[in-house]
Amino acid sequence: MLTALTSLTILGALLGLILGVAAKVFRVEGNAMVAELNEILPGSQCGQCGFPGCNGAAQALAEGRAPVTLCPPGGRAVALALAAKLGVDADMSGVEDVVPRVADVREELCIGCTRCFKVCPTDAIMGAAQQIHSVFREACTACGKCEEICPTESIRLQPVTVTLHAWYWNKPKIAA
Amino acid sequence: MNLFKLRGGVHPQGRKELAEKHAIRQLPMPERLFVPLQQHVGAPAQPLVRVGDQVLKGQLIGAGQGFISAPVHAPTSGRIAAIGDFSAAHPSGLSSPTVTIEADGLDNWLPTRSVDDPFALSPEEIANAVGAAGIVGLGGATFPSAVKLSLSRKNNVHTLIINGGECEPYITCDDRLMQERAAEIIEGVRLIRYAVGATRVMVGIEDNKPVALREMQAAAAGTEVKIVAVPAMYPMGWDKQMIRALTGCEVPADGRTADIGMLVHNVATAFAVRDAVRFGRPLVSRVLTVSGGAIATPANLQVPIGALVEDLFSFCGGFSQKPARMVLGGPMMGVELFTAAVPVVKGTSGVLALTQQEIGSTQAAPCIRCSNCVRACPVGLLPLELAAHIRSGDSGAAVSRGLKDCIACGCCSFVCPSHIPLVHYFNFAKGELMEQERGKLKQSATKILAEERLARIERIERERLEAAAKRKAAREAKKRAEQMSKMEVA
Repeated sequence: MLTALTSLTILGALLGLILGVAAKVFRVEGNAMVAELNEILPGSQCGQCGFPGCNGAAQALAEGRAPVTLCPPGGRAVALALAAKLGVDADMSGVEDVVPRVADVREELCIGCTRCFKVCPTDAIMGAAQQIHSVFREACTACGKCEEICPTESIRLQPVTVTLHAWYWNKPKIAA
Repeated sequence: MNLFKLRGGVHPQGRKELAEKHAIRQLPMPERLFVPLQQHVGAPAQPLVRVGDQVLKGQLIGAGQGFISAPVHAPTSGRIAAIGDFSAAHPSGLSSPTVTIEADGLDNWLPTRSVDDPFALSPEEIANAVGAAGIVGLGGATFPSAVKLSLSRKNNVHTLIINGGECEPYITCDDRLMQERAAEIIEGVRLIRYAVGATRVMVGIEDNKPVALREMQAAAAGTEVKIVAVPAMYPMGWDKQMIRALTGCEVPADGRTADIGMLVHNVATAFAVRDAVRFGRPLVSRVLTVSGGAIATPANLQVPIGALVEDLFSFCGGFSQKPARMVLGGPMMGVELFTAAVPVVKGTSGVLALTQQEIGSTQAAPCIRCSNCVRACPVGLLPLELAAHIRSGDSGAAVSRGLKDCIACGCCSFVCPSHIPLVHYFNFAKGELMEQERGKLKQSATKILAEERLARIERIERERLEAAAKRKAAREAKKRAEQMSKMEVA
C-alpha cells in the first residue's frame, strides 16, 4: 500500500516536472496555425476578405471567426486547402468558380496617372507619370485594386486567355 | 537472346498492311510551309527572321531558348511570308507562333559542311551538332536529343537502346525507314553510342517487321550493334517497356531511364543524327505514314516540316469516303484533328483518316469492375480505381494511387468493355493538377513580390521619418546657436 503510494507520487511528481520544463523550453511563440494558414493564403494583402491583410485573415481563421471561403482571389483551390488544414468541411456553395483573370490596360484610355501601380500589392504594374501603364501578367493576382482606383476605367480584369501550354482536356461527361 | 517478361499490354489489330508495302516517297514541295516555333518539349524557339526575308533550306529561323529547347530551321528556300499565330496540330485547336514560308520552288540548301570521318569528332562536338540541327525525339516525345546526349554522359550511361518498336497500329514509317535506309540508321546508332560512351547497343524491333529485321541485321553485321527481335505487342515502343524486354531492368517510378544507366532513342532519330553529324544538315523533314480506311492510297512520305495535313491527304489521292475522324499520330495515343489545315511537326509520325467502322462504338456504359484494364495496364496501375476517384472530383486520391506514372498509352480504354474513356479522365486530372501546380508557383512568387513591396514601403517611410528627424534636429541646433549668439550680444 505504502510502496504503491510513494512510487505513484514520485512518478507523478517526476512526470509533472518533465512536462513543466518541456512547456518552458519548447514554448511556441504565437499560434503556429496562423503561420501555416498564412502560407496558404495568397499574401497579396488585398483586403477583400475584410480583414487587415492576409495575416489578419489567417488569425481570424485560426480563431474560427471566419469561414474558409473568405478569400475571393484564392477561389476554390485556397478554400479547399484551408478546409483541409483546419479539418473542417468547406461549404463551397458560396464560392463561385471564378475564371482566372488578370488586369489588362486599355491603352487608348490610360492617362498615365500612376494611381494603379501605387496600389498594386505585387508591383505587377509598370509605368510612370504621363506614360501608358502596362501589366506584368505573371505577377498579377487579380485582386482588383487597380480596377477600383482607375479614373478612366482603362484598367480592367479580363479572363485569362487559354494558351496551348495551359490547355488541358475537360472532364469527360458521361452518365456512367 | 533471352527476352524478359512484360507486364500488361494489348494486341490491337495491326492494320499496318494498308501502308507497309508502299516505299517512302517524297512529298512535292507545297507552296507554303507553316513552321511552328515550338515543336519540342521545353521553351519555344525565338524567331530570327523578319517578314520578307529570303531564306535558304536549312537556314536557322528560330533559336532555342534556355537549356531544354531546340532550334527551328527553314524546310525549304523561299520568302518569309508571315510570322504569327497559326493553328497548331493540337486537340485544343488553339494556335501557336508559326513562321510561314513561301517556297520559291528551288529548294536551295544553305551551304553545309560535311565531315568525312564523324568518329574523329569529340563526343561534345557530336552533341553540339545534334543540338544545332534541332533534332528532337522523333518517336513522338519530341524531347531535345542533344540534351539527352549530354545528360547521358554525365549519368554514365552504359547501355544504348534503339527503339524500333513502332507498336502503334497503322504507322509504318519507322518500318520503311529501317527497310530502305538501314545502313544510315546503323551509322547514326554508332554515332550516338560513341557520343554517350555506352558499352552495349541493342536495337529492338518488333517481330512483325521481318524485312526491317533482316535489313538491319545485314547492315549491323560486323559492328557492335546488336539487333534483337521483340514480340509484337502494344506498347512495345514505350521506352521503359523496351528496356524491360531487352534487359529485364525496370526504371523506377518518377525516374528517368538514365537513372539505371540506359538511354533510348528512336530509329528515326538515329537516322537524323547521322544526317546532322555527317552532312551538317538540320532536321527539316521527316518520314511519316498517311493511312486509314478513308484514304484512297495510303503512303509513307518524306515530308518537309510545316507541310499541311491537307496537302498530305490530297497527295494521297484524297478520301475514298468521308472520314469519320482524322487523327494525328497513331490510333492509340494520337489526337483527334478537327481541321486538316494544321502543319506537320517534327514529332508527327503519321496522320490517319479513319472510317466510322474503324472507330467503333464510343457510347460509355457503367463500369462492371471486370478489371480488364488492370490486366492491360503496362505500368501496373488500377485504371478503374483512378477513374472512379477522378470522376468523384478527388484527383488527389488518384495521384496517391499512381496517376503520375500513367503514360496515357490507351491500353485501358482499348480493352474496356464499357467503353469508359479512362485515358480521357487521366489526361483531364493530369491537366488539372498541372494547373494547380502552376497556381501554387505563381502564388509563392507573388507572395514574395508582396512582401518585398511591404518591406520597401516600410523602408521608405522609415527613411522619410529619419530624414525629417534629422532636419528637425538641424533646425533646432541652428535655433539654439542663434539664441546663444543673441544672448552673447546682449
